Amino acid sequence: MPELWQLTRLIRSKNAGPFELTFDLIFKDRKSFDQVKTSGIVSAGAISRLYRVPIDQVRVFELPAILALKVSIPRPAFSGDINDTDVYGGQFHSRLVRLLVPEDRREQTGVPTPA
Amino acid sequence: MGTKVKALAGTGGLGSGFLEETLSRAIKNGADFIGCDAGSTDAGPYYLGSGKTKSSREAIMRDTRIMMREALAAGIPLLIGTAGFGGGKPHLERMLGYVRELAEANHWHFKLAAINSEIDKEVLVEAYRAGRITPLHPAPRLDEETIRGAERFVAMMGLEPFQHALQAGAQVIIAGRSSDVSIYAALPVLRGIPKAVALHAGKILECGAASVAQRFHPDCMAITLDEEGFTVEPPNPAMRCTPESVIAHTMYENADLFSLVEPGGVLDTSAVKYEAVGDRAVRVTGSRFKPAPYTVKLEGAMLAGYRSVAFAGVDDPLVLRQFPAFMAGLKKVVEKKVRDSVGLDAKQYTLSWRVYGDPGSADWHGNGDQTADHALGIFIDAIAPTQALAGAVVTVAWHTGLHHPIPEYDGLISNFAFPTSPPGIDAGPVYRFCANHVWHLDNPCEPFKMTLENL
Repeated sequence: MPELWQLTRLIRSKNAGPFELTFDLIFKDRKSFDQVKTSGIVSAGAISRLYRVPIDQVRVFELPAILALKVSIPRPAFSGDINDTDVYGGQFHSRLVRLLVPEDRREQTGVPTPA
Repeated sequence: MGTKVKALAGTGGLGSGFLEETLSRAIKNGADFIGCDAGSTDAGPYYLGSGKTKSSREAIMRDTRIMMREALAAGIPLLIGTAGFGGGKPHLERMLGYVRELAEANHWHFKLAAINSEIDKEVLVEAYRAGRITPLHPAPRLDEETIRGAERFVAMMGLEPFQHALQAGAQVIIAGRSSDVSIYAALPVLRGIPKAVALHAGKILECGAASVAQRFHPDCMAITLDEEGFTVEPPNPAMRCTPESVIAHTMYENADLFSLVEPGGVLDTSAVKYEAVGDRAVRVTGSRFKPAPYTVKLEGAMLAGYRSVAFAGVDDPLVLRQFPAFMAGLKKVVEKKVRDSVGLDAKQYTLSWRVYGDPGSADWHGNGDQTADHALGIFIDAIAPTQALAGAVVTVAWHTGLHHPIPEYDGLISNFAFPTSPPGIDAGPVYRFCANHVWHLDNPCEPFKMTLENL
């Protein structure tokens, strides 16, 4: 099973202002983009669990033109606040990098994989 | 033949540098103005709170000198926003000092506009009482007490105050906190470029050369705007923009992929087309602007305490194999000692132990031996109401941890390897952002007072 980074050209996180984080994933090819979308490993629900954020505060955007996904969440601590560990917000994506990406089973069985 | 405006970004952040020859080349290609963003909240609240500036005097003056020289020689305006990194009064004053110094040293004579964006707290209290300040999400709690208790507030100006300065004949405009985009959109809109085009172009320009496919170093960026759209082309021939690199840059630092909120409305990029022009330029069309009631973002910083830190390395395998229990026991001992020796209860200070692990071998002793299979680094961080108290807490923390016993050893041991003397380092005041709000304005220029000076 491939790890997420193997299907991408870029995985990054950054502050979108001091109160929000935004993640950008840019995929190598259409197959990878579709496979990850279908897998649900970076769905709103998955992000909600990984980052302990209420699901209604997770925003997911798709930009198929450049094979990109964007996910935005409120910051766990405001930037530079007493309990913050990453002022620029640049290392929050790390727990996504080695996520395992299941194969898209639809081709084999014709049944959609659960999100 | 419609209106065309050639916009030039000196670099993405004033003080981060650019190649002098790139700027010269861009000016030769034709430019109607040079813009530069000089600040950000990216590095946290310290700069806004303390009045300090991120880049050195040398780095800022180098960039400013070259931009001023080129702009004045070409007879085009230079617009710098979020002066001094934080964009408040002390930041603006420092930057104006540099500009006057450069003018005098180089015998440059021009009209200088300074635009303030630090807002008087009583003005904000009035606005708050009138219901003109509303929170974004998530927002720290803001009320009359927290407004008065903060260090300072700035409001992020839109393009109108820059336009006001341009119309007053200013050749060099130094502004406090500004929307990065408005630094670049002001002149084009004044010349008849549609807001949608100007704002989107500003979004690309504000990071300088960052929208290229491979940015080897910070550098200039040039955009030609017209009534239908704009064309991005890096003036440095070693760099190139592609549709992918420009789109990826439109995503950067934006929580929302398709909407960018600016004072006075929202830039909608959902229907934008990005087309390659040759192999290093990109044509962008289809940006839309939806007007909205005029609001400016408020930023504020409040003092949260003073900080002292210490860094300790640990690689004794016996300590490491019981590390969680070791730390749990240590923290209890430290809490009691701080209460007994420093007179502070746990609620009166924060003490965090941030452990960074290297599961591979580590050679931070610096002697070429890979002496440890595993090593951990602990960043000890104490925040207390005064610098002296923070120093007192961190000293108890590192000294206690140094000698904290483990059952396997009889005798006094030293668990922590400190790379510095003193082990505890006073790190100064700590601030936190205390506002993520917008202020509803009737007049986009009213809070942003401009002064003109003939140098």
